[in-house]
Amino acid sequence: MSFPWANEYKPSNAFTRYLDEKLPLPRFVYNAVGAGYPVPRNLNYFWNFGVLAGVALMVQIVSGIILAMHYAAEGTVAFASVEHIMRDVNAGWFIRYAHMNGASMFFIVVYIHIFRGLFYGSYKPPREMVWHLGLVIFLLMMATAFMGYVLPWGQMSFWGAKVITGLFGAIPLVGEPIQTWLLGGFAPDNAALNRFFSLHYLLPFVILGVIVLHIWALHIPGSSNPTGVEVKSEQDTVPFHPYYTAKDGVGVAAFFLVFATLLFFAPNFLGEPDNYIPANPMSTPANIVPEWYFWPFYAILRAFTVDFLFIPAKLLGVLAMFAAILLLFFLPWLDTSAVRSGHYRPLFRKFFWFGLIPCIVVLGYCGGSHATDGIVLISQFAAAYYFAHFLIILPLIARVETPKPLPNSITEAVLAQHATLQPAE
Amino acid sequence: MASLKEDSATAGGDQGGVRRRDFINVAAASFAGVGAVSVALPLINQMNPSADVLAEASTEVDVSAIAPGQAIKTIFRKQPLFVRHLTPEEIAAAEKVSTSELRDPQTLEERTKAGKKQWLVTMGVCTHLGCVPLGAAAGEIKGEFGGYFCPCHGSSYDTAGRIRKGPAPKNLMVPEYAFTSDTVIKVG
Amino acid sequence: MIRIGAFLVGLFFSGWLLVSAAMGAFNFVKSPPAPTAEHEFHKKPKDVDFSFNGPLGTYDRAQLQRGLQVFREVCSACHSLHYVSFRDFAALGYNEAQIKTIAQEWPTEAPSINPETGEATTRKPIATDKIPAPYPNEVAARAANNNAAPPDLSLMTKARHGGANYVYSLLTGYQNPPAELKKKFPDSMPGKTTHYNPYFANLNLAMPRPLNTDGQVTYGEGAPKPTVDQMAKDVAAFLTWTAEPKLEQRKRAGTAAVIFLLVFFGLCVGAYKNIWADKKAHA
Repeated sequence: MSFPWANEYKPSNAFTRYLDEKLPLPRFVYNAVGAGYPVPRNLNYFWNFGVLAGVALMVQIVSGIILAMHYAAEGTVAFASVEHIMRDVNAGWFIRYAHMNGASMFFIVVYIHIFRGLFYGSYKPPREMVWHLGLVIFLLMMATAFMGYVLPWGQMSFWGAKVITGLFGAIPLVGEPIQTWLLGGFAPDNAALNRFFSLHYLLPFVILGVIVLHIWALHIPGSSNPTGVEVKSEQDTVPFHPYYTAKDGVGVAAFFLVFATLLFFAPNFLGEPDNYIPANPMSTPANIVPEWYFWPFYAILRAFTVDFLFIPAKLLGVLAMFAAILLLFFLPWLDTSAVRSGHYRPLFRKFFWFGLIPCIVVLGYCGGSHATDGIVLISQFAAAYYFAHFLIILPLIARVETPKPLPNSITEAVLAQHATLQPAE
Repeated sequence: MASLKEDSATAGGDQGGVRRRDFINVAAASFAGVGAVSVALPLINQMNPSADVLAEASTEVDVSAIAPGQAIKTIFRKQPLFVRHLTPEEIAAAEKVSTSELRDPQTLEERTKAGKKQWLVTMGVCTHLGCVPLGAAAGEIKGEFGGYFCPCHGSSYDTAGRIRKGPAPKNLMVPEYAFTSDTVIKVG
Repeated sequence: MIRIGAFLVGLFFSGWLLVSAAMGAFNFVKSPPAPTAEHEFHKKPKDVDFSFNGPLGTYDRAQLQRGLQVFREVCSACHSLHYVSFRDFAALGYNEAQIKTIAQEWPTEAPSINPETGEATTRKPIATDKIPAPYPNEVAARAANNNAAPPDLSLMTKARHGGANYVYSLLTGYQNPPAELKKKFPDSMPGKTTHYNPYFANLNLAMPRPLNTDGQVTYGEGAPKPTVDQMAKDVAAFLTWTAEPKLEQRKRAGTAAVIFLLVFFGLCVGAYKNIWADKKAHA
């Protein structure tokens, strides 16, 4: 980290001195997430979610490795092996429900992390690389989650695999060969199940690697903060440890409280009942829906109902769905406002809270519902807003908006807030 | 604005004696530890045999069809189990041996059930390195002591399944079993 | 350049979505979708006050045993219980000897191989066997049931919205189709091999009414009267247990975990305030 006032690691005994000489791992950790990393002193609870995402990933990796000890990736026994875990393996139900709901917790946390970045302008220079690596993690997570959902080999697993690989079939000319290649057959079967299992095991470790890059890239400019004003002096920062380890402790406890409630008292609340029916290629569920975290994108996919000239509606839907994620990569150049934080951007803030957030919620609701005419109509308006928000409205706001005056420094902002909270002081 | 070093010193609680606020920090950290351990326990226990494996840990064997001099191989806990109907000569041969010259001293009496001396029930697992000894199926060599012979490293067992020659340290293991009727054995 | 490109892409996607919406709305007005029979006649499952409802609910062992009896005497003629073993009945309060008897007396036998000839045969089930299915395979199940194979019931209460309430409502929901249905949707009237039931997704199911009369199953001493309603509740409870046998352990562990985490959360908040105390003071 670049701030000159960062604490320096001092090995305290002979062993740590030896280690510091041969393999300075403790020094590395000290500087990355220890007392050697100065962090803005004014971070609010939205800044907990990066650490929480890391916790969620660890939960998934640990529970996943254990599940793989008992799971069998073969079409005729995959479903039964999951039931074996649920019924016969010691604490198997706990581990499986933890993995199932852990995936949801991971996405909840990561979505809040992403929206934190969107509101506080964390994607803006000098942190574009942090943002881009974050999006790479998000894409990897989506792929991992999708393949993991196929593994229990229930009805939704099977039909999800069929529908999602079918999206590639929409690509002109090469689409169908690609779909067949992805599945290793003409429909999801053993070949697909085994490769999905293999990749589902691999990708989390790739995610782990990209997270290291994400944090590395973050440490070059240092953490952003709610004012969006850069750190100017030592009094603007506190060492990560113990200040933010303590604050993250509160976040982690709250995370596990929500997680435990979900896991122990409503483990199937976020799941689809159809996935407790073994995969049956001869009968389609009445309503094929992905897991909740894909609903907004699924709604965009289904919103395209009319062909555009020679482009079929199906292909348009697929393009739009991928565009909906990929456009986030261009955000640093679309939102050119010099002010980062939404706090000081009155117009941006209005569009964020009354445009983007309701739009995503509505898209999510539509994606999870049966696609009736009414639902499709609503999702068309919401999806239209989604694209307009990022591609048209954000660049325009940056041109016309007059931001509120920024505080001179982080410390000044903290003092001002303190004064309004405790007028007696 | 205090300097950082002073701050962390305060937080660390170096200023004479343990104060109440430090106690909370320690308590929070200890709770995290207790939580981690109580989650770790089931995560370790999951590697133990699952309920379906444990349920198959007992096997019933009908021995009525085994003629004297014959043996059968069956499966107990996914390992071979030998049930052997000893002939009077074999019993006599086993009883003739004095226990003092045995590597693992045991009498035939101790290795069979009372009044059922002719039924020798042992695991078919050599006590050396776990190979399956020969001698249970018809036509297999029984070794020089007429019991079982392990082809891996040449351990020879006698008609009571006791180690007599070769590297194996112990007699063939006798599992826990009981006669539920005259002709049915419940193993495990 | 990026912003011009983005503007055009945004204009295209948003514009085309609005055009699609307009066309959709126009079609909707021009030819509104016809109402469906399911939409008008399908009913949500009734709420039953089961003992296992709620965050601390547990199974009623006696009820599960009665449910097993109903399953054995009625459902098992057509439905399998693939993921449940006889040994699992220990959780219903049976001892080893009782489980052995239940297995021995089960109406269907377990598939086996004749040790002499190697031919496929059947034998009396033992405790470690899965509950034997009434049909050897799906083709046989279809052939015997007008081409509608009876589904496995092990996970039924987790595989349907409404769970146990759904099973109960379905079992007690058989009725004559309303006259209005015949008038408005003659196509949705039950056929020769289907039966009207408003709790079933498409209103007509292949399974004929399984619980017909009070006393169809004879309960033991001290049990409630085996009315159709009672039998439906009992078997719904039993099928909840087959789907979620670890429900009680789960809730117990959950209660402990949540209490522990609440205390931990409190301590974390305390430690946090503690560590930040000087920062706030010096601010």
